[in-house]
Order: sequence, then structure tokens, then C-alpha cells
Amino acid sequence: MNIFVQTMTRDLKMALRNPSSFLNPLMFFVISISLFPIAISPESQTLSSIAPGIIWVITMLSVLLSLNSLFHYDHDSGVLEQMVISHHSLPLILLAKTSAHWILSGLPIIVLSPFLGMALFINTEGIYILILTLIIATPCLSLIGSIGASLVVGIKNSGMLLSLLILPLYIPILIFATSAVSQSQSNLPIDGQLYFLGFILILSLLVTPFLSALSLKISME
Amino acid sequence: MSKLKINNLSCQRGYNLLFENLSFELNSGEVLKISGPNGSGKTSFMKILAGLHSYETGSVEYGDAKINSEKYNLDFLYQGHLSALSPELSCLENLKYIAQLGNNNHNLDFSDALKKVGLEKFENELVGKLSAGQKKRIALSLLFITQSKVWLLDEPFSALDSKAIKIIETRVEDHCNSGGICILTTHQECNIKNMKEISL
Repeated sequence: MNIFVQTMTRDLKMALRNPSSFLNPLMFFVISISLFPIAISPESQTLSSIAPGIIWVITMLSVLLSLNSLFHYDHDSGVLEQMVISHHSLPLILLAKTSAHWILSGLPIIVLSPFLGMALFINTEGIYILILTLIIATPCLSLIGSIGASLVVGIKNSGMLLSLLILPLYIPILIFATSAVSQSQSNLPIDGQLYFLGFILILSLLVTPFLSALSLKISME
Repeated sequence: MSKLKINNLSCQRGYNLLFENLSFELNSGEVLKISGPNGSGKTSFMKILAGLHSYETGSVEYGDAKINSEKYNLDFLYQGHLSALSPELSCLENLKYIAQLGNNNHNLDFSDALKKVGLEKFENELVGKLSAGQKKRIALSLLFITQSKVWLLDEPFSALDSKAIKIIETRVEDHCNSGGICILTTHQECNIKNMKEISL
């Protein structure tokens, strides 16, 4: 467990010393969302009906933007080689790296989402549910994304390939998360959507570290 | 007593056969230099032994331990072309993390290890600000704290000055005198006592 804490601390320390690696996707998140009222309509009815979709799509894209750096720097420096041949569990090391990625990409989005939700006229109940879906599902985005990031780690300019690999896997999360926020705005039950997102989170936590480790070993060959 | 045995090892990358039927044995206290022209498969061979690459035929025997098993990974230290240092971290932070990934039974005197490679004043300096030679020295300072029995050093002397090369040669000799095994690749002359040599 020590290696988990040390790897996560190391990644957070590195990111704080090179803040552009996590601030750029976050800036993209804020700027993109703030452009929608200008481009579509500033009317509250129009915006509130499409706001859950806007926030969730931009969340996915900004997480996707930050995924490239998940293993890239460690691959270029040779640290990833040492992680692969370490006697410690590789899935545990990768889970630590993915957790650090979530803290740097998912957590700031959760913190900012109520303000952006209010700017897009989502009602109070909808904002609570938006935060809840982000808390449950943003870890899934990092965990599922780690599989793609480990597969393309040795490939230069792999952003597009990563998007093609990962975005289809994000679709179920997008459907259930946006549906939960939209239905909550109309006071409809959302238990089913939340259970499904919870199921994806548990499945991702149990499976993705092992799949990432396997993909990474194949990529390093 | 540890013993490393390589039997008829062959390696292919793409359509290129890099080497075939490579066999040798190394006992405790022995050091082997692998030489050969660029592209002959020296790095691939080192990566096979480290457990990073697969091989076509043959076998690698190290006691009862299989490649990539916990015991194998604990006993093997691999230092490749890349220094495995993060530019955003200081020398000490890098060394502590890489040591943590490797053999756990360290003396844990990281400052002393940096002193031995002449970098005692750079403990808290960010690695990104150091020269290529200094980065190589930090990576090699791990040799003073690791307790791995088999060292795989791929081009350990590149970017090093003659003084640093002498320090590393002496450390390799000490390691072998205390029962360790070392395999290294280099294009440079090296003066390690009782060194075996094979060419790919």
C-alpha cells in the first residue's frame, strides 16, 4: 500500500510543479462551457434543457485532453519501464497514477460544476444531481481512460487514436449521467441511472487497473 | 549462490533476427561485457533479461525464479538508456522513488549515495536543471543503495567523465566481489577486473 501512496504523492507533486499539465484541460472546460450561452441563446429555458448535456460532453473532452499526459512523461523518462519491472503490483501502481489523475482532472471539475450549472440555469435539484453524477462517474472516466492511455503510450501524436478508442466506451456514462440530471430537473425518479453509474464505477475499479497493466506490458514490448 | 543461465536465446524484432542461439552462464561474482555494433541486439537482450521484452526461443534460468516473478524482479536491477528521472522532482525525490520501485531492502542512505557520485550539493536541485552527465550520475547512484544481486547496465558510461567512469567501475567490482553478478553493454573501454566478454 506504501507504493500506492508514494506514487500518488509523486504524481501530484510533479503536476503541481508543472501546473499547465492539469490547468489547460480545466481552462478548456470553463471556456468551452461559457461559450454556449453566446453561441446558442442566453435564454434560461433553452440553456437549462441542454445544460446537462453540455457540461457532461465538455467534462469528457477535458478529461480526454488530460489523459495524454497520464503515462506519456513517465514513458519518455524511463520511469514507466521501472514501474513495469518493479516487484510491486503494477495494477496498484497504475491505480495510484489514475487516482492522481482524477484528483487533478475530475475533482476540480466537480468543484467548478455548481457555478457553471448555475450559469446555465440548471435548478438547485439539478445541480445536486449533476454534482452527484460527476462524483460517481468522473473516476470512471479516468479509470477507463487509463486503458486507452496505456495502449497508445509509445505512439507519437496519439490524441486522435486515444479519442477513437475511449470515446465509445464513455457513451453509456454520458447517456445515464445526462439523463439523471435532466430527469431530476423535471422531478422524475433517477434511481436507475444512479445505480447504473455506481455499477460502472465498481466494475471500473475492479477491472481497469488489471487491463491497463496488461495493455502497458504489450505497449512496452 | 545465485547463478544466471542463458540457453539458446533468440530474439527477433519485426523481420530482423537480432541474435540466435545465445548461450552462457554467469556465477556469483562474475561480470560480463556485451559488445557488438549498433543494432546488434544488445539493448533488446538486456530488456529480455529485465523482463521488458519477449524472446523467440531459448530460456533464461535464474534459480527457481521465473522472469517477472516477484523474486526475479527483486534480484534484478535494470538501468537502461533512459535515466528514469522526472525533471519536475529533485535528485533526492527521484532517487527515493526509484529505490522504492526496486529492491526494498535498502540502506536508505540516499545522501551518501549522491555524495559518492559527486552530487552532494545537488540533493534538492530539480533534475530538469542538471546536465546529461549529472543525470546519469544520479541514476547510477542507485548502485550504491540497491541490494539487487544481478545488475543489468545498458551503456552505463555514456555521458560520464573519466572520474565518474572510474567510480562506477570500482562499484561494479565491489558488487561482484561481494557475490553479485553484473552484465553491461558499452562501446567504451572499461577496466573492470576479471571481466568476461561476448559479442553479438
